[in-house]
Amino acid sequence: MKTIMGAIPQPGITGSASEQTVASFTPPMPSDKAGPKLRAANIDFFYGKFQALHNVSIEFPQNQITALIGPSGCGKSTFLRTLNRINDTIRGSRVTGEVVMDGINILQVDVTELRRRVGMVFQRPNPFPKSIFDNIAYGVRINGLARRSEIGEVVERSLRRAALWEEVKDKLHKSAYALSGGQQQRLCIARALAVDPEVLLLDEPCSALDPIATSKIEELLLSIKDQCTLIIVTHNMQQAARVADLTGFFLMGRMVEFNKTDIIFKTPARKETEDYITGRFG
Amino acid sequence: MRRLWRKAVNNVMLTLTGLCALVTVSALFLILGYLLWNGGKSLDWDFFTKLPLSPGELGGGMANAIIGSAKIVALAALLGVPIGFMSGVYIGEFSGKNMANVIRYTADLLNGVPSIVIGIFAWTLLVVPMRHFSAWAGGFALSLMVIPVTLRATEQFLGQVPLELREGALALGASKWKSVVTVVIPAARTGILTGIILGVARVSGETAPLLFTALNNQFWSKGFGEPTASLPVMIYTHAISPYEDWHRQAWAAGLVLLGLVLVANIAARMVLAKGAATQRG
Amino acid sequence: MATATQSVPGRARTLLRNVRGGDEIAYLITFLFAASVVLVTAILVFELWVKSGPAIHKFGFSFLWHSTWDPVNDEFGALPFVFGTIITSVVGLLLSVPLGVGAAIFLSELAPPKMSNALTFLVELLAAVPSVIFGLLAIFALVPLMRHYVEPALISSFGWSPFFKGPAYGVGVLTASMVLAIMMFPYIISISREALIQVPREQREAALALGATRWEATWDAVVPFAKLGIVGSIFLSLARALGETMAVTMVIGNDPKINASILAPGYTIASVIANEFTEATGDIHLAALVELGLVLFLITIILNGLGQLLLMLTAKPGTAR
Repeated sequence: MKTIMGAIPQPGITGSASEQTVASFTPPMPSDKAGPKLRAANIDFFYGKFQALHNVSIEFPQNQITALIGPSGCGKSTFLRTLNRINDTIRGSRVTGEVVMDGINILQVDVTELRRRVGMVFQRPNPFPKSIFDNIAYGVRINGLARRSEIGEVVERSLRRAALWEEVKDKLHKSAYALSGGQQQRLCIARALAVDPEVLLLDEPCSALDPIATSKIEELLLSIKDQCTLIIVTHNMQQAARVADLTGFFLMGRMVEFNKTDIIFKTPARKETEDYITGRFG
Repeated sequence: MRRLWRKAVNNVMLTLTGLCALVTVSALFLILGYLLWNGGKSLDWDFFTKLPLSPGELGGGMANAIIGSAKIVALAALLGVPIGFMSGVYIGEFSGKNMANVIRYTADLLNGVPSIVIGIFAWTLLVVPMRHFSAWAGGFALSLMVIPVTLRATEQFLGQVPLELREGALALGASKWKSVVTVVIPAARTGILTGIILGVARVSGETAPLLFTALNNQFWSKGFGEPTASLPVMIYTHAISPYEDWHRQAWAAGLVLLGLVLVANIAARMVLAKGAATQRG
Repeated sequence: MATATQSVPGRARTLLRNVRGGDEIAYLITFLFAASVVLVTAILVFELWVKSGPAIHKFGFSFLWHSTWDPVNDEFGALPFVFGTIITSVVGLLLSVPLGVGAAIFLSELAPPKMSNALTFLVELLAAVPSVIFGLLAIFALVPLMRHYVEPALISSFGWSPFFKGPAYGVGVLTASMVLAIMMFPYIISISREALIQVPREQREAALALGATRWEATWDAVVPFAKLGIVGSIFLSLARALGETMAVTMVIGNDPKINASILAPGYTIASVIANEFTEATGDIHLAALVELGLVLFLITIILNGLGQLLLMLTAKPGTAR
C-alpha cells in the first residue's frame, strides 16, 4: 500500500474552537490557488431538536484526500452530507454556519448547481435501474454538459478514470445490476466523475465491499486526486492511513483533532484521538 | 437557460401532480356533498320507522331495509368472521409453509371473485334447493366476502407480534396453543378487530350479491327464510325507478348507508393508529 | 407435534393418533376451518362450471365470439358483453392511471408528510364508498352533466371520428368508464404510493447528488425503480373494474351492441347478469348467464394473479429494472 506523506508541509489547519487547543500548526504552503478548496466554519447541525454537530470548522486543501474518522454516530457522515446539502432532504434538519467554496457560501446558493460541482458516492452502491451507459450518462444529460454525439466519449472517459472501462466496455448496455458489488461502486464513482466535480465526497464507500474491491477503489481514489479534491468518511483507520493526506477525528458531533494523517496516527495530540486510534473505544 | 427551464419543469410538475391528488380527493368531497345535500333534505324520522309505500304515495321510509341489512350483515359476520379468523390463526401459527400458501392463494382467489359471481354461487347453493330467496342466502353470499378479508387481517397482525412475546410465553411453560390464545392473539387483537370492522363495513354496502339471494321486500320479513330488504338494494331499485319520491328516498338511504360505512372506516382506522402508537411507545 | 415435511394425509393420520394434547386439537380445529375455505371455493368453481353446462354444451367456444343475445330464440353470444366489459375498463384505466399515478407520485415524493398522510387517508376512504352510491351519484349528477355539456362538446369537436359519434344520451360507455375511473383511483394511488415509498432513499439521493432537481430525481430515479409495483397496481385495479356491477349497470345504457363510439350505450357481463338473472327465461338463458359469470371469473383470476405476481417481484430487493 502506498505511504502517504513524506515531507510535504500542509497549509494552516485549525481545530474546532473553544475548549480544544490547536493540535499543530504548519506554515501555509505556496500553491497555485490561494487558500483551501472548501472551508467549513462554525457548522452546527440539528435533526429537529437534537444537535448532531457542534461548531465544526475544517479547511479542505485542494487536490488532497482528507479522511474523517470517528466512532459510530459521531457526526462525520452528517458533516459530509452538509457539504453537498443532501441533508436538505431530511425534514426538520437545520444547519447554521458557513461552507465557503471559491469565495461563496454554498449553504445559500442554488443547490442543484452546487451538487454538480460537489459530487457524492454513497455507502452502498446505488446504481439506477438503467444500463451501465445510461447510469453514467445520467448526470451529463440532465445538466446538459455534452452534446448527444459526445456523450459516448464522456462515458468512456469516466469509466477509464474509475478503472472500470476494460471490464464493462463490451456490455455498456447491460443493466448496471449485472455487475458485482465492487464494480457497481466503481460505476457510481464513474457516474459521479462524469459531471466533472471539483470536490468528491465519499461516505464510507468501501464498507459494503470485500478487501480486493476495497483496494481497487483506494488505488482509484489516489489516481484521481490530482483532478479533484476528495473527502472521505471512513470507519476503517487503516484505510485512512493508506489513502488520506489529512485526517480529522470526530467525536460526539465535534471535530476533536485535524492534522496530517501521519501525525494523527503516530503522535496524536489529544487523548481522545489516541484512545480511538488504539482501539480503546469505538 | 437550461437551469431555468429545469426549475420551471420542476415547479410545473409539482403543481400538476398536486392537482392530480386534489382531483382524486375532491371526488370524495363531491360525493359527500351531494349526499349531504340531497339526502339531508329527504331524511326524516319516518325514514327510520316506516315501511316503503307504493309509488305515487308520498312519504314512507325504509325501516325494513335497515333491519334487513342488519340481519343479513350480522349473519354474514357470524358466518364469515369465525371461519376467516380461525383460518388466519391456522396459517399464521400452526400450518406448514405449503399449506399456508395454498390457503392464502385460495383466499386471494375468493377475494377476487366478482361480487355478482358470488351472488350466482349463493343462488345455486341455497336459493335453488330452498326454492325461494332468503336472508340466509344473502348472508351466506356476503360471508364469502368477509372470509378473505378477515383471514388476511388475522394473518397479517398475528405475524406482527414480535418473537420475544411468543418466546416469553413458551419459556414460562405454556404450550403452543395456550401461548397463541393467551398471548399472541390478544397482542394482535386491535389490528384483527380493525380488519374485521373494515371487512364487515365493506360488505354492508354490497348490492350485487344480494340481487338474487335476499332479493328485496317492500314489507317486513319474518325470520331469515324470506326475501329481505336491504339498504343497498333499496337504493338501487329506487334510484333506477322513474318516481321522484323514490329518488328522494334513494338519496336519504344513500346518506344513511354512506354515513354508516364511513363512520365504521374512520373509527376502525383511528383505533388502528392508536393501537400502533401505543405499541411503539 | 406434526412436522411440516410430511404430506397432509400423513400428518392428519399422525395427528389423529396423537390427539391427546391441546396443541393437536388446536391444529385440527384451525385446519378444519381453513380447509372449509378451500372447500367452499372449490365448490364455487364447480357450481359455476356445472350450471353453465347446458350453455357450454350447446354453444361451445363459439359462445365467446357470437354477438347475438336473443333470449326469445335461445341464441346467446357473449361478445357484446365481453366487449363492453373490456372497453369500459380500458377507457376507465386511460382516465384514472395518469391521474392516479400522478397523485401517488405527489403523495409519496413531493408532498410534506402531514399533507401526504391526510390526503392518503381521504383517498383510501374513497375505496370504502359502496358501488351503489357511486351509481346513485352517477345517475343524478354525472349523467345530466354528460348529456348536456360534456358529450355535446365532444361530439362537436370530435364527432367526425367514429369514436365520438352521438347522440348525446348521457348514459353509455364513456359515462360508465368515468365512474369506473373514479372507483379505481384509491387502488391505483395507494398501491403505487406504497411501491414508491419502498424505493430506497439512496436512489433518490444518488440522482440529487448529481445535481438533479426534485422532479428529475423523482421521475428518473424513483419512479422507474417502482415500475413493477405501479404496473401491478394497474392490473389489480383493472381486475376490480372488470367485476364492478352496480355503478356500471346504472349508467351503461343496457344495450347489447358493439359500437365504435364510446358515447353509445353498451352492456357489461356483470350488468347483464344483474339485470336478467332473476327473470331468465328458460334453462339455456340461465346457463348462458352463468357461463358469462364463469368467463368473468376467469378473466379476473388471471389479472389478479398477474398483479400479485408483479407486486411480489417488487418486494424482492434489487430486482427493479
